[in-house]
Amino acid sequence: MHYWKLLALIFVPCLIAQEPAFTPGGRGGPNQGDKGITAAIAGAKEDPAAFERGAKAYAANCGGCHGATGRGSVGAPDLVRSLLVLDDEKGILIAPVLRNGRPDEGMPKPNLSEEQIADIVAWLHVQTYSAGHRSTYAFMDVLTGDAKKGEAYFNATCKGCHSATGDLKGIGARYDAFALQARWLQPRGGRGGRGGASPSSNKPVTVTVTLSSGEKISGTLDRVDDFSVSLRDSRSDYHSFTRDGATPKVEINDPMKPHTDLLGKYTDPDIHNMTAYLVTLK
Amino acid sequence: MRFLPFFITLASFAQGLTPAALLKPTPDSWPTFNGDYSGRRFSPLAQINASNVHTLSLAWATRFTAGGAGGRGGLSIKSTPLLVNGILYFTSPNNVWAADARTGRELWHYQYPPNTGSTIGNRGVGMYGNWLYFETPDSNLVSLDASTGKQRWKVSIADPKLDYTSTVAPVVVGNHIIVGIGGDHLDNPGFLQSRDPETGALQWKWWTTPRKGEPNMDTWPDEYSSAHGTGQAWIPGTYDPELNLYIVGTGNPNPVMAEKSRKGDNLYTCSIVAINPDTGKLAWYFQPSPHDVHDWDAVETPILFDGVIDGKPRKLVAQASRNGYFFVLDRVTGKNLVTKPFIETVNWAKGIDAKGQPIADPKKFPTTDGVLVSPSSNGATNWPAPSFDPETGLFYVGTSRSYSMFYLTDTDDHPEGWGGLDSGAGNDGNALLAIDYKTGNTVWRHDWPSGNGVVHNLSTAGKLLFTSNGNNFIAFHAATGKILWHASLMAAPSAGSITYMVDGKQYVLVAASDSLYAFTVNQPAK
Repeated sequence: MHYWKLLALIFVPCLIAQEPAFTPGGRGGPNQGDKGITAAIAGAKEDPAAFERGAKAYAANCGGCHGATGRGSVGAPDLVRSLLVLDDEKGILIAPVLRNGRPDEGMPKPNLSEEQIADIVAWLHVQTYSAGHRSTYAFMDVLTGDAKKGEAYFNATCKGCHSATGDLKGIGARYDAFALQARWLQPRGGRGGRGGASPSSNKPVTVTVTLSSGEKISGTLDRVDDFSVSLRDSRSDYHSFTRDGATPKVEINDPMKPHTDLLGKYTDPDIHNMTAYLVTLK
Repeated sequence: MRFLPFFITLASFAQGLTPAALLKPTPDSWPTFNGDYSGRRFSPLAQINASNVHTLSLAWATRFTAGGAGGRGGLSIKSTPLLVNGILYFTSPNNVWAADARTGRELWHYQYPPNTGSTIGNRGVGMYGNWLYFETPDSNLVSLDASTGKQRWKVSIADPKLDYTSTVAPVVVGNHIIVGIGGDHLDNPGFLQSRDPETGALQWKWWTTPRKGEPNMDTWPDEYSSAHGTGQAWIPGTYDPELNLYIVGTGNPNPVMAEKSRKGDNLYTCSIVAINPDTGKLAWYFQPSPHDVHDWDAVETPILFDGVIDGKPRKLVAQASRNGYFFVLDRVTGKNLVTKPFIETVNWAKGIDAKGQPIADPKKFPTTDGVLVSPSSNGATNWPAPSFDPETGLFYVGTSRSYSMFYLTDTDDHPEGWGGLDSGAGNDGNALLAIDYKTGNTVWRHDWPSGNGVVHNLSTAGKLLFTSNGNNFIAFHAATGKILWHASLMAAPSAGSITYMVDGKQYVLVAASDSLYAFTVNQPAK
């Protein structure tokens, strides 16, 4: 049993990219635990100290041919995509190669202790785990925009609903930059992506149902499809109606709709500038 | 005597399903993934029709149990059932069932042993004679006896250590069992294989990316990047018996979002390819997404039909692709005839080239600080089945006007795996579209008030289009887009619906999560 693969099945919600995973908030997003190499070490179930020692031993003995990140170079194979490495458990396959080299294929016999071999094995397992598991991927640098331009954009576009000294006061302190960018773009949280913002408690969607008698019932939308609509009124009483085409009349008001409407209007610099501005609202 | 009625019917189907019968399936059956080779998911049955569909009612519903890992998050039937001689055959990962199409009663249940393959989904079985063919999460092809569900043999089609996983419903063409695979986390090579129906032996293998000395190697920087370029064909293709071409879509290139090490068009990823099923040789290709960086697999069913474009009768193939564009090709040559976006929010292309392929805008390639792209990585549509109705001339597809931020996370000169992340940024709405194949224009649309829009479709000669929204299974008038009937199920439909006739009665069958539901008109028009 490959424990890291078993773990992958348990902890990684989506192993292959085929299908939408219709989970709010996406995967591997900001503020969801450790990322990068720390997550890969944990995911691969390797000892962090062995990994650290392995990194040094690899760099000193292997990196010259196989590349600093193990991804190969001319004449030396990519170890991260290596079947032997992928098939390995606890060094059973890798260790003989590290002990003896592969003279017939041009790999000299390295001079490594058994401890160093075990450490390099740990380092290699973390590399393959890291490449193959999006849950470990770390965002890099989102603060590339111009805060001044972001402020101007904010004043021109967002001030109808938001205030830097009111509802958004301190927002730059509440989220890291990636979470903030995801959240201001889509406050309800994205769907189906891989790294979206977490769902939030924003203003609810409201609905008004006008019966054929003219009576209007309004409240917080509970559920709507082509065949029924239900809501909770201001006393939290539940109302449910059968829909038949345009009867009864159903009017839905989503206070977050301006965010969705703006998606087709932003340029990418607008987005980066806005994020650069919003992080300054400490 | 649970199996007695089944054994009584044995004599009538001992001959099973001949490859010749697949060329002209009887109208009462559903013997392949798409019902027939064309991929239209159009049934000539009309006992259930626009005049009486309002009386459509439940004939039976059956819940099935897997007794093991039948799919992530519980048993989910994502397979299109086959219906042959009154028996339904359907799957979930690691599981195959046979059930009586008249009653929904389980006849047998085959369980594949526990393994480490991904249980994201399984699209169903293929049938040849009295044998069924089934792909497993750990990439074996299993042959079962359709009468008993007993395993005949299994053969490995890919190494699961490379994180391959297999979900495809095998396609039977003559004496070929055509299989594909999935998995794109470790830059593993993509391929199609043809297997011998009796032994499982390999007949041919077609790599989805070129190897040394082959044409179009120059769409990759080098042999190594091509060999690790992926392009998995994870949805069954369609087949034109006259041209003897198997036409199938391929998936995204790898590394998925980090394109630095794979400059070029990256053929034949994100492509529609036509393969000779006897030789495994490529006849033509068309690439919906040259140099994809957004995970937009072009695996959506390429539907075959004949039509008239520019006054000329033509043999056509059409695809509503995950990247948001609708394409119509001449399927004799692969030459493009129509290219048109089918969602309004598409923002990733600079234009259309002379071949009819969208030109990717490098400004929308993933960056470390993110770019906003529509559609999202899940696409404007996805694997759920489209349908083409030859009587209305309309192509039906479930769509989503979605957005994602695409981030680059691997800036190494040799990125690997995904090399990036995407973050859902919202959705401008979901709609069912009926598209005129001649122009790509939407003739009618239905905007959903809620729920997922990327859903399965089935059209019939009863002037009906069956689809779903949330838990609702819905019949539309195929020509007008008016809703005529619906039923709310216990879960959202999870696979393409089918229709069939047994004992003179037409059924419409749909899988939703762990259950099958069969509907009939109980008071046929006199």
